[in-house]
Amino acid sequence: MKDLSHQPRDLDGNPVTPGLPMAMLAEVTHRCPLACPYCSNPVELVRAGSELSADDWGRVFREAADLGVLQVHISGGEPGARRDLAQIVAHARDAGLYVNLITSGIGITRARLEELDRAGVDHVQLSLQGIRPDMADRISGHPGSWDKKMGFAEWVAEIGFPLTINAVVHRQNMERLPDMLELAERLGARRIEVATVQFHGWADLNRKALMPTREQAVFARQIVNEGRVRLRGRMVIDYVPADHHAVYPKACMGGWGSTGLNIGPDGTVLPCHAAQSITWMRFENVRDRSLSDIWHLSDSFNAFRGTAWMPEPCQGCERKVVDFGGCRCQAMALAGDARATDPVCSKSPLHAQVVARAEADADATTTEFVYRRMNKGG
Amino acid sequence: MTPLIGPHDVPYLPRGVRLQGDRVRGIRVLQAPERAMQLDQIGEAILGELDGSRSMAAIVAGLAARYQAPEEQIAGDVRDFLTGLIERRMVFVKDPT
Repeated sequence: MKDLSHQPRDLDGNPVTPGLPMAMLAEVTHRCPLACPYCSNPVELVRAGSELSADDWGRVFREAADLGVLQVHISGGEPGARRDLAQIVAHARDAGLYVNLITSGIGITRARLEELDRAGVDHVQLSLQGIRPDMADRISGHPGSWDKKMGFAEWVAEIGFPLTINAVVHRQNMERLPDMLELAERLGARRIEVATVQFHGWADLNRKALMPTREQAVFARQIVNEGRVRLRGRMVIDYVPADHHAVYPKACMGGWGSTGLNIGPDGTVLPCHAAQSITWMRFENVRDRSLSDIWHLSDSFNAFRGTAWMPEPCQGCERKVVDFGGCRCQAMALAGDARATDPVCSKSPLHAQVVARAEADADATTTEFVYRRMNKGG
Repeated sequence: MTPLIGPHDVPYLPRGVRLQGDRVRGIRVLQAPERAMQLDQIGEAILGELDGSRSMAAIVAGLAARYQAPEEQIAGDVRDFLTGLIERRMVFVKDPT
């Protein structure tokens, strides 16, 4: 029975069966010219000196493709902050991966975008922080960002990349969602991702400035539904709703360790980009261990696989195979326990408390942000 | 489902969408922005016919002959399959020129 020690087990020791990952987020740097107050990077940012080299990424991409990954999302920070981005992209294509480039559009010149085209970028996702210069520049904390982004979008169209617009929505811009859809269409986007701010990390520090009201959440849903009918065959709308106002939680990552993984700038491998907010969990690094071993055998990836680890009310709930108990990081943030039922679920004992706090935050009048910045000293 | 393609339209895979073998799972997938879609044999057969010059009617006639199936049935399958992909912006159509 020598295989016993290699039987993957969840955090309670129940046997689990890892599947195969489809998609990988490669955060090649945390450096970024923008300072968005809802940045999805961890509050403790990785410094340039700790970043994996392009050749390291090449090895990781080959290991990922061998493991079953089909698509890589090359992101950051701003991936364009890496001077060797084209080399990283070329390595990903050589490994046989489909390459999505997720960018702010800031700091990538026309010549570099052409270089990225030659390197094999399949698809460009451009983030927009607002539909006008004043709002876009204030939210991104980067004067002039709007003009640069509009220029970048033109180059994307001229080169012919498929374009997705990434629009993060929150209390201060949600009412402009119809204009955002119109702008995305005008820029020739095939897709728009409308994502309500997820309140982890930086966004959690800015809850009072960003939390949407219940009315706004209803409004956004209505605009998305109408837009999907009106724009059928012309532009796809993907939507991440405001889950603090939902009945059931989101199926985060389609289930922990089931189809996706995230690699940080220094090679730390995470089941989701916010996983480091689960402070007791240890994460492994591609510098120390193969990606296949990390995926199949690491305690972090196996911790919440399957359904046996779930407490009540998840354990007896028929939705446990639909939403997997919700988001582990949100459980950590709101219940202080990563194993708990996601407190945004209406069946969670903490639900009423979470809703009351979200409503109080939504009623706040502040518009001031804590911007995302690296700490001094590096 | 209202069709998004007529018999004389020419369907094609736009830039950023491609058929690819998945060597780990042993299947064929359609790779597209933020989507990798598993194809069954029918889907693969249909997409294999998209050459950017033949109309849907010509593609249907070709498939009907190859699989010795009634053209009306093939036409419905092809139209519904392509409409689903057009909705996802994974297939584009152009007018006959």
